[in-house]
Amino acid sequence: MFTGFMVNTWIVASIVALIAGVVGSFVVMRGTAFAAHAIPQGAFAGAALAGLIGVDTILGLGVFSVIAALGIGWLGRRGRHDVAVALSLVVLLALGSLFLSWNTDYEPEIFSLLFGEVLGISSDQVAPTVVLAVVTIALMVVLFRPLLFSSVLPEVAEATGLSTRAMDLIFLIVLALATSMTLPVVGALLIFSLMIGPPAAARSVTANPMTALGISVVLSLVTVWVSIALAYQWNLPVGFFVGTISALWYAVGRAWLAWTRRRRRVAGDDVAEVTVQAAPLGRCRR
Amino acid sequence: MTAVWDAIFQAGFFSSDEVQVALVVGGVVAVVSGVVGVFAVLRGQSFAGHALADVGSTGGSGAFLVGAPPMWGFLVFSVAGAALMELIGIQRARGRDLATGIVLGGALGLSALFLYEDTTVHNTTGATMTVLFGSIFAISSSLTPWVVALSAISTAGVIVCYRPLLLASVHPDLAAAAGVPVRQIGAVFLGSLSVAVALSSITIGSILSTALLIGPAATAVRLARRPGLAMLWSALIAVVSVWLGVLLAYDSYTWPPKHQAWPASFFVVAVVFLFYLGADAGVSLRARLRRPAAGQVAGDGPAPAGVSG
Repeated sequence: MFTGFMVNTWIVASIVALIAGVVGSFVVMRGTAFAAHAIPQGAFAGAALAGLIGVDTILGLGVFSVIAALGIGWLGRRGRHDVAVALSLVVLLALGSLFLSWNTDYEPEIFSLLFGEVLGISSDQVAPTVVLAVVTIALMVVLFRPLLFSSVLPEVAEATGLSTRAMDLIFLIVLALATSMTLPVVGALLIFSLMIGPPAAARSVTANPMTALGISVVLSLVTVWVSIALAYQWNLPVGFFVGTISALWYAVGRAWLAWTRRRRRVAGDDVAEVTVQAAPLGRCRR
Repeated sequence: MTAVWDAIFQAGFFSSDEVQVALVVGGVVAVVSGVVGVFAVLRGQSFAGHALADVGSTGGSGAFLVGAPPMWGFLVFSVAGAALMELIGIQRARGRDLATGIVLGGALGLSALFLYEDTTVHNTTGATMTVLFGSIFAISSSLTPWVVALSAISTAGVIVCYRPLLLASVHPDLAAAAGVPVRQIGAVFLGSLSVAVALSSITIGSILSTALLIGPAATAVRLARRPGLAMLWSALIAVVSVWLGVLLAYDSYTWPPKHQAWPASFFVVAVVFLFYLGADAGVSLRARLRRPAAGQVAGDGPAPAGVSG
């Protein structure tokens, strides 16, 4: 399990988990889960096109995930955000189905692109992943404070001249970068699970954004490691484990929340205080 | 004239059984999606609408696996998914995004397992494609009673609750003050939505399900000021999109690059999207012409159907 080609898998998967944990925290904070689902699925069309014209899959994924991000930003400039995401998603998926219909001998690749192929990561996949990861992390470090500010206190951020709209677009592009990197590993559909479950669970445990970020990274690393081990052991798709374990974390987080609340109530603490403290973190868009 | 007619409706279009079923079933599904979709858009539940289609597909692939009728898989998973979202807390704007995401994420994990088993153990190649992309030309006529029943259930839910649902969607606080059971109404709508989505994803696939639920409704909400009118517009746009898409897909048999049909879903989505872009451009142009001095304000556009984002 820890030899030969599996070494690449462990390295790449750990990087993926790290990125998903960090970027996912902001996805949950900013309430952009739909975009986090749509961008990878839309990028899938890029992979189909890349397969059709014979270029590197990563290139197709990168270009199309950025197109998806820009499309969401452009359609969302007036009108509803969730509608903009839905429209971008279906347009890209329709393109994807068109490209696939032109390229019929593609089914196994489709499956692994959708659900991940952790067990077959070659050594030439490691370098691009590391490069993209470094770029994404660098962007996150630079954007960290303004992103956090505009996620937690959007009105105040706007008042100090930080455009929420611009931050939205920038964040979507970061999401697109993270997508094109993580997609070949955990698959278009399961990056989403990894970006939502652990951060959502972390948020149930603590109201402090930094602590939540840390917990989220740890949980997502554990998720990926356990998933790979189990997938390797039982020869099942890694996406299954990533999806269910991620959802499980959330259930655990909720149970924890319910339990601590009850304890506080018994102790006579003011429950309202806890809820108010956690409120700004869960801003939902419109 | 006849030559133009023949070029548009190529030989056999009206006599083909597949085309007839696609036109009829696709039309019915389009009407239901269009009507239910207006509320999905007004309530900001596009994500839930899309997620339920994917959750339904998970059920479909599970049914494939155990040899049950796929219809039941789609329906049970979609309705159960909606119930789970409601349970986690879709009614609060703050938790909606997350509740939907968690349910979707978990379902996608199951999907990975089911489809993997379908393709490897049962060796049903094409299961992935069928379940994920669907085909409007592969609707089996045994589905017809289901289509009728589910359409009726879904539209009935929306029509029976029309007035309180409208108030609860547009002004939740006002509705609560007026004694409307906002949460129960929301749950009824989510039920209707899940049935409508199950219906559309089993018949025309999950891509078209989302496209027909959101696209025409979002177009109509921009165009029409009254919600009732928006529902009418939405249903009309959805039906026209499906029929045009089917026609184009039929014609595309002779098109490059492979001289085999392009997917109908591509055409339907393209038409839906063009409608949206057209309406969007038209509405903002009108707003700009009306208020030439206040160019900035035009960016927000008028608030159609009495609601803004």
